[in-house]
Amino acid sequence: MGPLVPDVIGNELNFIIAIFIGIAFGFILEQAGFSTSKKLVGLFYGYDFTVLRVFFTGGVTAMIGVIILGHFGLLDLSLIYINPTFLWSAIVGGLIMGLGFVIGGFCPGTSITAAAIGKIDAMIFVLGSGIGVFIFAEGYPEFENFYKAGYWGNVRIFETLGMSQGLFAFLLTLIAVSAFWFTTIVENKVNGIPNPEFKPARLYAGLSGLAILIGLSAFVMPDIKDSYLNDIENINYVDNYYIKEMTSDELAFRLIDDDNTLQVIDIRPMEEFKELSLPHSLSFTLKNLFVKDARAILAVKHKKYVFVGEDGVSSKKAAIIADRLGYDNVSYLRGGLTEFKQDIINYKKSSQLNSREAVDTDRFRTQASKVIPVLIEKNKNVVIPVKKTKRVLGGC
Amino acid sequence: MEPKKFMNPYLAGFFLGLILLATIYITGRGLGASGSVKSAVISTMQSVAPDHIKNQKFYEEYLTEHQNMPLKNWLVFEVLGVILGAFISGLISNRLKLTLEHSPKIKSGTRIIGALIGGLLFGLGAQFGRGCTSGAALSGMAVLSTGGIITMMAIFGGAYMFAYFFRKLWI
Repeated sequence: MGPLVPDVIGNELNFIIAIFIGIAFGFILEQAGFSTSKKLVGLFYGYDFTVLRVFFTGGVTAMIGVIILGHFGLLDLSLIYINPTFLWSAIVGGLIMGLGFVIGGFCPGTSITAAAIGKIDAMIFVLGSGIGVFIFAEGYPEFENFYKAGYWGNVRIFETLGMSQGLFAFLLTLIAVSAFWFTTIVENKVNGIPNPEFKPARLYAGLSGLAILIGLSAFVMPDIKDSYLNDIENINYVDNYYIKEMTSDELAFRLIDDDNTLQVIDIRPMEEFKELSLPHSLSFTLKNLFVKDARAILAVKHKKYVFVGEDGVSSKKAAIIADRLGYDNVSYLRGGLTEFKQDIINYKKSSQLNSREAVDTDRFRTQASKVIPVLIEKNKNVVIPVKKTKRVLGGC
Repeated sequence: MEPKKFMNPYLAGFFLGLILLATIYITGRGLGASGSVKSAVISTMQSVAPDHIKNQKFYEEYLTEHQNMPLKNWLVFEVLGVILGAFISGLISNRLKLTLEHSPKIKSGTRIIGALIGGLLFGLGAQFGRGCTSGAALSGMAVLSTGGIITMMAIFGGAYMFAYFFRKLWI
């Protein structure tokens, strides 16, 4: 599950990867023609909308990719870097940059690209940007308060606008496709001749349709967490979903036997867990099952996981989530801890022992009712909350 | 030899999107550019004027966060790659040429001043905006960050607003 840094890919390797990503980035920018200021400012004077085409296509492609990866649980969106919002600084900074764009004809990335192929004006632009940073640095005491004002946190645009992620993604895709058609018409008018690059029109109409369909798919892809949590609210869904059951007797037996392939996952609230918890059990919330860190605990080979909640239904719900997330060897405690307490911990000898089986069970449970509470006392758990990995540090 | 044609912009954009997506998947962060200039400036100041920066909050904050190694930074490595990648592209497309590009309607001196001032403004603005078109706008769009998208609209909106006044530089 992404992001691969820092677990699958260490920090040192990450720097090497940065170089390769940069090579690809620089290559594409140059191939697209971002190495000449004439082409770049064409956006603002109507004669060349390359910047809009590349930029918007790139942004929308990556946006939909992130949504799809998030939906299929391949990328943990709570860990990726979301640019923080500092309202006033964001606006003023952008305006200053806009001015710089039409005076200088570059932005930092494109200036580096152009400088790399020999454009002297780009090299001077890069030098200028260094001076600009220096000015900010020296003037920081004056700027700092403004720079840090209006902090909204790492909010995402659809949250700010009060709509769903999918709806916003779809609308943005629509806007992008419309912008492509509109600006092509403008460009052709300004230049007097239609751009031969965008024929045949039918191909582009087809691509537009495809893009809109893909954008629509983002709409129908709710977050995986919300989707799964919603499903288990449906009692029929829970009933019909097959998950292996573990009886109180089996669990008690394994606990007494000190079976170390057994891992109890307790999904009750923390206060109840602290009051009484089974030996070697780990406390999880339903939400924590979705995070990347859970893999370290739930994906251990040869371990048998039994999910324990207050009752059977809550136990099964948690097990269903784990199963859907792809974890193996998942089972749930039939009747939950309530039944376990009844059958084992607080076992009352029954007066009617009618069959051989009943006698055996009675003998076992009587014994268990003595041993299990001792084990529980001995293993008074240090609560191990799932360690939440910090969000990746990013930014410029 | 004639320089080769540029790549179809939608195709280039698609590849750019894939590169950005791969970056986010692997590293958890997006692309960037202006941050490397910031690193370079701080590193330079560290070498040439270490006493001056000692009590300046801007440098201090950055150096503390980066364990006194401003150049050991993801963006710096990325930008080294950008230089190499752009060079390779220029090489295979016959676009390598040491030249001061400017509109025929203005003098080269004017272009030099424009590039310097434009760069200065962008460097300054990128600090306030916490990123430039790559880091704030493009990467911001990919993760749908409000701040990134606001900065993006301000950059392009601002550019359109000011474009008329500087048209003589370009057309």
